[in-house]
Formats: sequence, C-alpha cells, structure tokens
Amino acid sequence: MTLTLITRRTRTLSEIFTWWTSSLQFIFMAIFGLWVINKAGGLVYQRSFADGLAQLTSNEYLVLAGTLHGIHAITSRLSPIPGQSSGAQVIEGETFKISVLLTLTGTKFILLTSPAEPASSIDVLLQKIYTTYAEKVMQNPFHTPEMPIRSEAFDDWIHIITLSLRS
Amino acid sequence: MNSSVEHLSPTTSSARFSLPSKSTAGPKPNIYERNLNKTRVAEVSAASLSFLFSEVVQYTQKRVSGVNDLERRLNTLGYRVGTRVLELTAYRAESSLKAPKREIRLLPALMAIHTQIWRAVYGRPADAIEKSVENVDEYMIIDNDPLIERHISVPRDLSGLSCSSFSAGIVEAVLDGLGFPARVTAHHTPTSTHPTRTTILIKLEKSVLDREDVLK
Repeated sequence: MTLTLITRRTRTLSEIFTWWTSSLQFIFMAIFGLWVINKAGGLVYQRSFADGLAQLTSNEYLVLAGTLHGIHAITSRLSPIPGQSSGAQVIEGETFKISVLLTLTGTKFILLTSPAEPASSIDVLLQKIYTTYAEKVMQNPFHTPEMPIRSEAFDDWIHIITLSLRS
Repeated sequence: MNSSVEHLSPTTSSARFSLPSKSTAGPKPNIYERNLNKTRVAEVSAASLSFLFSEVVQYTQKRVSGVNDLERRLNTLGYRVGTRVLELTAYRAESSLKAPKREIRLLPALMAIHTQIWRAVYGRPADAIEKSVENVDEYMIIDNDPLIERHISVPRDLSGLSCSSFSAGIVEAVLDGLGFPARVTAHHTPTSTHPTRTTILIKLEKSVLDREDVLK
C-alpha cells in the first residue's frame, strides 16, 4: 500500500519535472513566425506559430515586411566589393532573431525565432520551407506569381514542418 | 550579418537538387527516333510533369467560363493523350509479351486500365476498382493520391473541380479505343488519410452491357 503510494508520487514528480524542462525549452527555443516577401517587397504570406505574440493588423505586417525589404536592399549594397553582398542574413535582438533566405528569383523567406534557436536548424527549416513553396505554391495552377499565397496544402505542410522541428 | 552564404544559397548545395546528368558525347537522338520500348530511362521527373500540368490547367482556365466547362476541356485534352497511350501500350505489349491480346471483355479491360495504363502514365497502378451498387452500368477506378493533383489546391470559388478530369479523359479514350464507349468523369472523394483521393466514374453505354450479356 505504502509502496504504491510512493511510486505514484515519484511518477507525478518526474512528470512535473519533464513538463518544466519542456516548457523551459519552449521559452528558450521557439519559432515565432514565418513571412514570405515577393521580389517587389510585398508580403505574400504571414503566419505566427507561438502564442502570446503581440497582435498586429495585416497593414502593420505589410509595413514591417516592406521595411525589412528596404533594409535588405540597403545591406545588399554594403560591401567593400560592389555587388558581392548577399544582404542581411540574420538580424539579432535580445529577444528575437530574424533569419532571411534570399532565393535566386528574389523571393525572401523570413523566419522569426528566439535567439537560442541554432543557425543550423534554422537553415534546414528555411530550405524545407523553400522546397515546399516550390512544390505546393509554384506547381499549383491556381496560384498567381507574386500574389498572396492561399493554398491549404502549403499551410498544412508548413504546420507539419515546423512541428517536426519543435518536437 | 552572417557570412555563411554557402548554407543559404540554393545554388551551392548540390545535394538537395536533382540536376540533369551530363549528356554523353555526341548529339542526343531526336525524340522521334528513340526506341519506344525503352521505358526505364525515358521517365520524366514528377516536378516537370507537375509544372506542365499546372500550365495546362492555367491555359485552359483562361479560355473557359465555369467549372463544368473547365472539366470538359481537361477531359478533351486527356482524351487526346489516351488515344496515344492505348496505341503505345498495345505496341509495347506486342513486343514484350509472348501472347499479346486485345481485351474484348469488360472486366479484363477495366483491370488493364487500372494496372497497365495507370502504370504507363503515372508509374504505378491505381488503388482500387469498384462496381457501383446502385447502377449496373457504373464502374469506378480509385486513385488515393493522383500524381497530377499532388500539388494542386483548388480555391473555394472553384469547389467541386477535379483536375483529374484529365485522367478521366484518358480512361474514356482507352475504353473507346477498346470498343467500350462510355462517359467518364472524375470526382474528388477525400478521406481523412487520403485528402486528394479521386474517383474516376465510368458510365458505360447500353450497347456495351447488351454485348456483355450476349458474351456471357
């Protein structure tokens, strides 16, 4: 009788511990959001993954994306050798990190994460998102290039990809 | 700023992208002069097919009004493919099989479409073949994940559209060519495990059923 009570208690304790560590990990490593910016600087896809982020209106997202596009255009000219810079790839703050994947066609994939997220896993994730974009968006006859992305298949795949990284 | 350009640029990471292998010395043979029986090296990448079919749908959509018209046009395009596929598979069976034969009964003909035709066009057999319970003249070929629809998400305002009407056209042409005139349509019938599952519905003409009864 006493024995079962003890085991039950230890199990609960260990459960609490795993919950605590996992929640801690969630605080330190998290993906906040994904943006896709077309070559003209327009935001064609925006999605938030974490709860508790400040709610912005779609117009504010558009302004932010346009600003980032401008910053990227400036940084791509900041190079001792003209035409050699790829532009900003990572912008880091105390509470966030912005990673940019610039494709050959000028489309930009922006991943907003916590600073603790390792660069290697971000790169892998961005490449996976780019591959998914090439398949689910560009091979969809109902998508117009440079226009907002409305594809359920793309949404579903982004969800699956980001889940695989978070777990 | 990070300087690891190699990591982010798609051009430098060769492992992720399949590039066409360098052609061997000498000019490539003209497409019309290639051996029709060589299927192993004549495969086309799924991405190329998806892009091509995507363009086909876009081209067609610009010239139609409404879902029904679009499906009919795709069906017509598929029909043109189907007549050629039947001819090609017949030619290939002629040279590869010891006893090539022409299907004259309905069920073997449907099985041939399900297996041989599907394999010739999409690289694998279809998933199921069913007979309608309500109507004796209706049969269904089911594909759980149609290759041409893998990356297509139909917008809400076109709901009910099935781009597999193209496949339906192929089936219609093959049945016609074998002497089983029918009306073939495609319908999106998703399940929880197969969200792109598609049913190709075959509605046979009465003459076909009458003949089957005689042959029984």
